[in-house]
Amino acid sequence: MLAFIIRRVLQSVVVLLAMSVIVFAGVSVLGDPVEVMISPDATQAEREATRVAMGLDKPVPVQYWRFLTGALSGDLGKSFAYGAPAVDLIVERMPATFELAIAAMLIAIVFGIPLGLWAGLRPNSVAGKTIMTGSILGFSLPTFWVGLMMIMLFSVYLGWLPTSGRGDTVSVMGIRLSFLTLDGLTHLLMPALNLALFKLSLIIRLTRAGTQEALLQDYVKFARAKGLSASRVVGVHVLKNIMIPIVTVIGLEFGGVIAFAIVTETIFAWPGMGKLIIDSIAVLDRPIIVAYLMVIVIMFVVINLVVDLLYSVLDPRVRLANE
Amino acid sequence: MKDKVIAPLPAGQDSARDGGADLPRTGAPATVREQTPLQRHFAEFCESRIAVAGLVVLVLLCLLALFAPWVAPQDPYDLSRLDIMDSRMEPGKQSMDGLTFVLGSDGQGRDMLSAIIYGLRISIGVGVASTLIALAIGMTVGLLAGYVGGRTEAVIMRIADIQLSFPAILLALILLALLRPGLSNIVIALVAVQWAYYARTTRGAALVERRKEYIEAARGLGLSPLRIVFRHLLPNCLPPLIVVAALQVASAIALEATLSFLGLGVPVTEPSLGLLISNGFRYLLSGQYWISFFPGVALLITIVAINLVADRLRDVLNPRLQTH
Repeated sequence: MLAFIIRRVLQSVVVLLAMSVIVFAGVSVLGDPVEVMISPDATQAEREATRVAMGLDKPVPVQYWRFLTGALSGDLGKSFAYGAPAVDLIVERMPATFELAIAAMLIAIVFGIPLGLWAGLRPNSVAGKTIMTGSILGFSLPTFWVGLMMIMLFSVYLGWLPTSGRGDTVSVMGIRLSFLTLDGLTHLLMPALNLALFKLSLIIRLTRAGTQEALLQDYVKFARAKGLSASRVVGVHVLKNIMIPIVTVIGLEFGGVIAFAIVTETIFAWPGMGKLIIDSIAVLDRPIIVAYLMVIVIMFVVINLVVDLLYSVLDPRVRLANE
Repeated sequence: MKDKVIAPLPAGQDSARDGGADLPRTGAPATVREQTPLQRHFAEFCESRIAVAGLVVLVLLCLLALFAPWVAPQDPYDLSRLDIMDSRMEPGKQSMDGLTFVLGSDGQGRDMLSAIIYGLRISIGVGVASTLIALAIGMTVGLLAGYVGGRTEAVIMRIADIQLSFPAILLALILLALLRPGLSNIVIALVAVQWAYYARTTRGAALVERRKEYIEAARGLGLSPLRIVFRHLLPNCLPPLIVVAALQVASAIALEATLSFLGLGVPVTEPSLGLLISNGFRYLLSGQYWISFFPGVALLITIVAINLVADRLRDVLNPRLQTH
């Protein structure tokens, strides 16, 4: 187990380094940020001064070295556009993105597992078929378009929900949260639902497939033969066994939700990391782009590592095979 | 020769021509014994009515896209034909020179139906092109890994694994942030995102196939490795690849639309469905829904049709389901 962890951590470090080189090299050949930052009628001397101030006059390897040593001490440069440290800007927006992602994941789990169970237990009922058709639709619908249509329906025509922003926030230990105020909740509902849609379909399908498979197993037949109530058979015997793949997928998909939040945040003007990166790409704000990518890569490497470890904890077969 | 390619059973080039028919696994009734595998698959495909409906819709959409200049009521990118007075007309209204805007017009007085037909062209074109290129690359790399094995395999599959642990949208976003938006760059980004799926699928199939007797026989005959890989191994690895490719076209189209919506995809001069939706976003809040709504419907229909066809293909081409 220890060897496994060490190997995984080492591999993660290599991935991080490789990504940092790729990202940095790529960003360095991007268009000239000085042109974007400075007014068109600036003199050549002013341009040079800006270039030196931003450290762009040094050769690329030197810039990379400065970037890497900076990164290790948590400093990924100052944003050209905001004039503040890039990492701070991203960390500042992280809670908004996490709030959105967690809300979306909760919606997907709370609705997805019961619906999937229902569809798995009664695959030929009208409800079961409707659920499955809905989940196929959820897979095929372009998420961003659904977001626009939600705005159209709930904000423009019905006027029930606000179109953009986070609404009132409450500060808890220095972190601003929306879901604790009514206004914040109304702002959170639509983006979270939009982001949840795809994962909801996925969890419904997984749960349904797992349920159908589990129902054929001997332990379920035995539990029924013992005379256990239907709710106990489903709630304990079936659910427990189908949780392993579901937990894995939920873990892995959490990263996907954070990545896809970029789209949802853009639609609903949700002030998270995703909106920041899209805005920064538009003005070629290099430090922010690099910092965002590094933060995301670290996050993914950690998520993948945790899921791998969780998997071996949850599934005794994996654990025993390793020992 | 073409029917050989889709053969579900290991019918190597040098094995008996009517190979699969004698095997008990096929379970095909005696009457279809004279059919080529392609005909058999097609007949099986047609047993699902909804899949046929999907196929018909898909063919229609492709024809629309292909013949856009002849089908569309208006050339949406001929600026001299556009009149700003016609902008944001509701569906069903007429333009100044008598053209009926069936699906309304956009902010520049462009007929939405025409814009959608042209957008379909870009969307399907980008989706299909990127899928084919990614398929070619992934297939070659996967075959290499599966057939050669050893270190080459370890390195290739490691890279694919790592890449697949990141969501596609994130990788495409990174690449487009680096490459700048543009038609060829979006294809490059989509290829970079997709190749690993094909590499993995091909390798999986190649690992199973390379242990079979027909490969051994081909080796015994002293055929060159290249010939063995491309003439014997590859045709038998194709069925799962076709299924993956069909599903991937849909996701490539959806991904392109999303990236274009974010302003990172196709250029403004060649708008795909995603960019059309994005263009209508700002009019949405004032209740002018049609500029975003109809391109989205077109996108949805395209994706659903492809998914229906791909799902059926998976059932038809899956050898494990053939016994039923």
